Amino acid sequence: MALELPENVVVSKLDELANWCRKNSLWPMPFATACCGIELMATGAAKHDLARFGAEVFRFSPRQCDLMIVAGRVVMKMLPVLQRIWLQMHEPKWCISMGACASTGGVFDTYAVVQGIDRFLPVDMYVPGCPPRPEQLIQAIIDLQDKIQREGTITGREFNTVERQLRKRALVESADLLTVDASRNPNIQRAMSDRSAICRMPTN
Amino acid sequence: MQTPTPMPSTPSLTTDTSDVLQLLADRFGALDTSSFRDQTRIVVPESESLEVLAFLKDSGFDMLVDLTCVDYLEYRGAKRRYGLVYLLASTLTNQRLTIRIFVDDPVVDEHTALSDGPAPTDKPMPTVRSAVPLWAAANWLEREVFDLFGVRFLGHPDLRRLVMPDAFTAHPLRKDYPLQGRGERHNFPILTRDDG
Repeated sequence: MALELPENVVVSKLDELANWCRKNSLWPMPFATACCGIELMATGAAKHDLARFGAEVFRFSPRQCDLMIVAGRVVMKMLPVLQRIWLQMHEPKWCISMGACASTGGVFDTYAVVQGIDRFLPVDMYVPGCPPRPEQLIQAIIDLQDKIQREGTITGREFNTVERQLRKRALVESADLLTVDASRNPNIQRAMSDRSAICRMPTN
Repeated sequence: MQTPTPMPSTPSLTTDTSDVLQLLADRFGALDTSSFRDQTRIVVPESESLEVLAFLKDSGFDMLVDLTCVDYLEYRGAKRRYGLVYLLASTLTNQRLTIRIFVDDPVVDEHTALSDGPAPTDKPMPTVRSAVPLWAAANWLEREVFDLFGVRFLGHPDLRRLVMPDAFTAHPLRKDYPLQGRGERHNFPILTRDDG
């Protein structure tokens, strides 16, 4: 049964091939709002040279990115923008929360600052530091690459939750493919509407 | 050795404001005035605030440097709650003046307070007259004070919030507003991987 393969042929799984491609060409979306953004720029610049890890192509359109790096504090007026950008990114996509402020709010425990973006967005990697050194961000990207290689699938099954699978199945069964998307999901609708219902809270 | 020649005397650009104070006293009577390290401060009653400001502008104070507010809630010795600060400067004479206008929260009638609740734009607020007709610089400065302190400026052409989101209902720099807010920063939809 042994199959004779020429020397220049390698057998692998398609998933692993896709992961190998994806992890080595992450295109970051720099969402830089504070001093972490300076370290982010230093990471991309010549000395630390993020290109060594294939992640140097910073794009300022979410349509072209698959890795969002949130670098700096996010205020409540900015969060709907951040969510919108996240929704605009194509899958598969990942998110790095860089620095103390993006991860927890940091020292800014005030009415206007969101206390950690992971309350409202999925986050894959957290980078500690205030601000983190470029080496720390590079470490997070390397860890993310490991995660992609380990868990990734060509169809993005690793992102699937039970709820999402149920929704997909309902879609297929309803055969009404045009009513997919946002119109049925109140979360997306709120995040995409220009003036989401933020701010109004009971006063007691 | 040659003795240094004395500098020619320049036309006096004095920062002394006593002449302006004298003009003000002649026109408006005695106003509460104090001075600290050559900075003059005048407290103007709200009833004649705009008249005094207009008079000062005509007297050469052509520049509104800043307009802001201080909340004196529970401040030691304070009698009124809000103290507006107008920093005026004359680009002709280098004189500077600080104008203070103190206002209080309006007394709310219990019956109106207990009714269905006023719309956010009709909340009872301390009110002063807008300085936009005098200095265009007052436009955004008054919007900022309105946003953060909840002081309404009568006659302002466009009194909207400046820094907080439009849907925000509180005035966060008031001293009775909690530092960490009332939950506004947590009131967002939660996006998961299910949401695309």
